[in-house]
Amino acid sequence: MSSSFPPLDPNEKLDVAALLEDLDDYRPRRKGWHWREQVPDQKLHKFVYKETSKGLERSIPLPAAHYFGDIDPQPDCVVTTEIASGRFEDDIRRMRMAAWHGADHMMVIRTAGQSHMDGLLEGTPEGVGGIAVTRKQVRATRKALDLIEDEVGRPINFHSYVSGVAGPEMAVMFSEEGVNGAHQDPQYNVLYRNINMYRSFVDAAVAKHVMAGVRMAQIDGAHNANATAVEAWNVMPELLVQHAINCAYSVSVGMPKEDICLSTVPPDAAPAPCMRMDLPYAVALRDFFGEYKMRAQENTRYMESDGRDATVSHVMNLMISRLTSADIQSTITPDEGRNVPWHYNNIAAVNTAKQSLVGMDGLREMVKLDREAPELNQKVREIKERAVLFLEAMLEDGGYFGAVEEAYFVDSGIYPETHDDGIARKSDGGVAAGTIVPRAADYLAPVCHHFGENHLPEGYDAEGGPAAGEAAPGLRKPCDLIGGCTLCDAEKVPFIDELDPEDNVNARLAQTAELREKGLLKPEVEWAADGWVVVTLFLPAAPRVAEFAALEFGKAMNLQECEVINKQVMHPAEGTLIELKGRLDVVVDPARLVIPPEPVVMKDEEIKAFVIEKGIKCVAATVGEDEHSVGMREIIDIKHGGLEKWGFSCEYLGTSVPVEKVLDAAIEHAAQVVLISTIITHGDMHRNNMEKLADLAVEKGVRDKLLLISGGTQVTDELARSWGMDAGFGRGAKGIGVASFVVRTMRERGM
Amino acid sequence: MAREDTYLKVRGHLAELTDGQLEARFWELAQRVVDPMVELARTHTSPSIERSVLMRMGVDSPTCMAVVGECEKRGLLGHGAGHVVLHCAGHWDCAMPEAARKLAAGEGWDVVEQKWGGAR
Repeated sequence: MSSSFPPLDPNEKLDVAALLEDLDDYRPRRKGWHWREQVPDQKLHKFVYKETSKGLERSIPLPAAHYFGDIDPQPDCVVTTEIASGRFEDDIRRMRMAAWHGADHMMVIRTAGQSHMDGLLEGTPEGVGGIAVTRKQVRATRKALDLIEDEVGRPINFHSYVSGVAGPEMAVMFSEEGVNGAHQDPQYNVLYRNINMYRSFVDAAVAKHVMAGVRMAQIDGAHNANATAVEAWNVMPELLVQHAINCAYSVSVGMPKEDICLSTVPPDAAPAPCMRMDLPYAVALRDFFGEYKMRAQENTRYMESDGRDATVSHVMNLMISRLTSADIQSTITPDEGRNVPWHYNNIAAVNTAKQSLVGMDGLREMVKLDREAPELNQKVREIKERAVLFLEAMLEDGGYFGAVEEAYFVDSGIYPETHDDGIARKSDGGVAAGTIVPRAADYLAPVCHHFGENHLPEGYDAEGGPAAGEAAPGLRKPCDLIGGCTLCDAEKVPFIDELDPEDNVNARLAQTAELREKGLLKPEVEWAADGWVVVTLFLPAAPRVAEFAALEFGKAMNLQECEVINKQVMHPAEGTLIELKGRLDVVVDPARLVIPPEPVVMKDEEIKAFVIEKGIKCVAATVGEDEHSVGMREIIDIKHGGLEKWGFSCEYLGTSVPVEKVLDAAIEHAAQVVLISTIITHGDMHRNNMEKLADLAVEKGVRDKLLLISGGTQVTDELARSWGMDAGFGRGAKGIGVASFVVRTMRERGM
Repeated sequence: MAREDTYLKVRGHLAELTDGQLEARFWELAQRVVDPMVELARTHTSPSIERSVLMRMGVDSPTCMAVVGECEKRGLLGHGAGHVVLHCAGHWDCAMPEAARKLAAGEGWDVVEQKWGGAR
């Protein structure tokens, strides 16, 4: 249990190997979904928020937060990140990063092909495009999430898939292991996995009922229609129908409406006028499904390899969420159009959601949809009527099974128009066809939360179980027949460690053990030490030439397995932007790095108060035969965040100024600070100028009244001090560093 | 079969409905679509459902696979694999996982045959 595992230290990496110890003893401490705690009219910094929730104890705020008191407002809705690297031990680290940025719904994608496996997998085999969802992987991940949620201070929902041929088993395992949410939609099996339709629906009833027993949130699969259809905007009526079938079916088998989330994606993307096309659909959906929850997903249908393009689409999707509603805001990583998501793109997607949702906080109080606008009003009504026509025709054609045989679904025509390109499945075909069996007159399942006919002895309540419905008074629960089931007694849950001696987490960790033990560093994007890096190149060439030239540049940079992952034409002849990935097989030992101490900087308010109190004046110049002025401008100008920002009064004397003149000006203006810039170094010019300035100040008896500071690309603090200055600032220096030094030193010296 | 958009021709009976009536009709139709499927599910079982029952009885997944596979072969799934294990555990006076392990190893199916008859 996590109680025997020490809390995470924010400055220490999560020890995956230690996490895997004693997994057989671990039990989840909580079951069911967690919604964020809403805080109406939340006051943070100088603002009042209308759509935010309880904050985090530890988090990383948006980049601009330091202008706003470092606040990190958390939107009202749950924020999802989807993780699919195929190695849970690396996914766990990514989840920790995502949680610090505001994700509280970790959706773990399954390995390719698992939905066709008639049974459960065990152990920790490596997956492709997702993990093999096994008890051990799920348990280790849930255990890690317990630690992570304690670290950030908000419960985290763990989520995967109860679909495929083994749905009921997956549902039981998830219930036992404290998985908080799952995709469950038999239509997904039928349409996209070609699993037999009878089997899919029969299994789904049991799976959903088990999920309901622990109040797991359910997400449906309707959005796959607009991710698949050729013209995604035409499937809107069908989407309402798919949602309705899964909702009505789920409620009929015992799932509470408030646990049912509709997976909805704005179907379109620019250059289509997508918001005007997608809003009527979003409104129609929320009108009809007001009692259900909305899981707003982002569009992938029209996603290409350009991360900027994807991000803009997603921001427009988020605006639809804010103009209508979202209970769960899912995110798609901006690199999904080019590869399996990389660590930092999960973070990028979570931040896109957080930034947009917080930025549009309370927008609806000023900007509302005009429900009376003729276009919106008519379109909403039309989508609803088309959906009703769809359902009417289905019933005439033999109901759901008949309609699927007739290829009603994922047709790119807008119903009742059809293009005859829908997905058709045979009712007696598909994976696991012919495997359902009628329950006999003595059918018995001596366990709780079992759906359907169950011929228990007299005096037993078929539902039972500790969560959804305890056995009715005076009645016994089904598992009393066997002395308790795993849903009532967690100690009965069996645990299998590994079945495959080679394909498991221990073997994978052994491959990177040396790096971890020695603390060596290697770049990564998916897996520990995978070595992938990206190089951005602008090449003044046509796209095809640029692409092949980029591969050569990659080789020259010692990158292996180079591949162009994004290519954007700037002009057919003038140039192409290339993003190139490659593996860098280089290791850095942090212990051997010489890392200078970080300059200590002060708070803006503190500097400003001191500068104004003392009326600090600076005299600045580029000295010697030197015409460079850019560096000094960066340090002084308010526009560049320079000294003027805090109220320093700066007299810039220009370039090629003799040091005598600089000192005279300092005396004349009664300045406390002298700044000299020295770029040119040949003949030790920079050294001579600094020493001369220091000597002159002593000669004129003003050395103790002045702070002498020099800067330049070849200057270091150490050199400058050895040549008589109070401080030196080199490459990369900023106004804040200089300002902090001045204030600190003047205080120390009582100036 | 491809069909052009006949929406305006076929919507006549919906035109007069209020938004509320249209919504009610939508849900009524959806319920009519799912009702026979719910009934199918209520009265049928499957190998995965039966394995999920054994799991809830504390049986590990490879054992669930073996026992349900054998039940399927013998035409016993309709009685419930959990029922089969429960019956044997009673007969042998042992815990459910233990009974399932014996059955998975091919032992004791005669006890099952005595109750439900021989293999198909």
